[in-house]
Amino acid sequence: MLTTATLVASITVFVLAIFLGFELISKVPPTLHTPLMSGANAISGITIVGALILSNVEFNNGNPGTASWLAFIALVMATINVVGGFMVTNKMLEMIAGKKRGGN
Amino acid sequence: MVDSVVWDIGYLVSAALFIFGIKRLSSPRTAPQGNRLGAYGMFLAVLVTLVKMYSEGIIGFELIAAGLVLGTIIGYIMATTVEMTEMPELVALFNGFGGGASALVGLSEVLKRLQEGKIPDAGIELYATWIAIGLSGIVGWVTLTGSLMAMGKLRGGFYIPFTKKDDRGRRKWVSFPTWGPPWLNAVKGAILISCIALIGLTIQDPENYDYIYSLVGLSCLLGVLFVIPIGGADMPVVVSLLNSMSGIAAAFTGFVIGNNVLIIAGSMVGAAGLILTFIMCKAMNRTLTAVLFKSFGGGGRESVTRTKVGSDPEEVAMVCDGISKCVIIPGYGMAVSQAQHAVKEFADLLESHGVEVSYGIHPVAGRMPGHMNVLLAEASVPYEQLIEMDDINSELPETDVALVIGANDTVNPVARTGEGPLGGMPIIDADKARVVVIIKRSLSVGYAGVDNDLFYDDKTMMLFGDGKKMMNELNSSIKEL
Repeated sequence: MLTTATLVASITVFVLAIFLGFELISKVPPTLHTPLMSGANAISGITIVGALILSNVEFNNGNPGTASWLAFIALVMATINVVGGFMVTNKMLEMIAGKKRGGN
Repeated sequence: MVDSVVWDIGYLVSAALFIFGIKRLSSPRTAPQGNRLGAYGMFLAVLVTLVKMYSEGIIGFELIAAGLVLGTIIGYIMATTVEMTEMPELVALFNGFGGGASALVGLSEVLKRLQEGKIPDAGIELYATWIAIGLSGIVGWVTLTGSLMAMGKLRGGFYIPFTKKDDRGRRKWVSFPTWGPPWLNAVKGAILISCIALIGLTIQDPENYDYIYSLVGLSCLLGVLFVIPIGGADMPVVVSLLNSMSGIAAAFTGFVIGNNVLIIAGSMVGAAGLILTFIMCKAMNRTLTAVLFKSFGGGGRESVTRTKVGSDPEEVAMVCDGISKCVIIPGYGMAVSQAQHAVKEFADLLESHGVEVSYGIHPVAGRMPGHMNVLLAEASVPYEQLIEMDDINSELPETDVALVIGANDTVNPVARTGEGPLGGMPIIDADKARVVVIIKRSLSVGYAGVDNDLFYDDKTMMLFGDGKKMMNELNSSIKEL
């Protein structure tokens, strides 16, 4: 049940987190633009939590209903976003780190 | 029944890990650790959610297990098989999936509530929930279709399946359209206003499915129209902006399901992504509005009428003999032809003759910022040799040979005139070097669609051909000297 109090609390968190995000990064070397974008993108896959909650339904012998199938598709997409996102970021950073050590 | 405070603390730790993760990702030394922190945070959030559901009595695990396994396998395969050249497209695709997932969660929540008849009475809950669902839907669907468009543009086009293969075994290639008449901005505005009006209508009449599906359709269309007028050269900025939007979509989804970790992580990514977008715009000396609402590149291509006699690798090898300083300027063409190892071999050959070699990296060379750095790192080029634009420009007047491989717009002197699509974009002053060698397939225009005077300069030697092939021929010519 959503009350005015919880809604205001949520909006407070929302606004503060936006300010935090603005302050979090100021100067980023061009080398890191792509990995940072990719890493932040993986974090935005947090919507996986919502997809998990809505996928928690009775399977009903393969007929869980439209809403649940949509949640299932959301879960697959969010998981791809999270797993692939962090792996790709790691792959890019490994290459950059490899070059910092002077090759190989 | 465990006290819900336990779960909240778990989510809080996970949010803190995200904050540290993003912070550390923005500095070269700590970046790999930052990425790991982000991954741990995500793992923790998923774990907390699963344990919470388990302790509250799980209803059905089939969809959860299947979704997690399927997503992990697909994500793993995509991430491990991707070529470095395709990395930007993959980031765009993942980003689209993130936005799409948020939109689908919102839609699923709405349908579920309608099915179960759990529509809140008119009041704060109805307004807040329905606005949050509507907004996460708009932003999410725009992110999904916009990212798919961006992916197509980064790729440059696509092969049509089932068409006849040519002698190189390729199917018919269709380049991705860039289209944007001036009235399109008004259409986009109208669609956005209609979407917002539709949210109002769904609040008035929550059970009307037409409103919901119209909202989905219009948002998807908006994403397509949003990206279609923007030229391929500006795609990095667009992907970065869409990344910011996928964060915002996740934050709105947080309001829908009443979960703070989504709100914190989502809005933080949204804000940080926006800052990164501005940093990238600044590197290109363009404003975000100019990128988004003035079409650039693609349209109105000049036809190339001038000609230039190509040189051959032997000539270039002779020019390179006895020089003291060489600057290599790579572009997207190097990425496409996978020439980075041949370029590194060329640099090694010159260095063995006592030549000072460095690389001039334009901030938007390639299809993503840092694209060239990552590719050259793969070929084990030492970090110190990769010089950023402003620093290399002061060295170019004392440079004997500037080797431009697969770059065009980033060295086009027309940018200095301040006119045309490239006007005002900072460039690498390759034309200040004593000799300019350009490896390129033809004289054709670059992404911005502007002819390049540098090609026709008397001191310019053109090597026409595939980047990797020409580099290899050049290397063997140098060895024969």
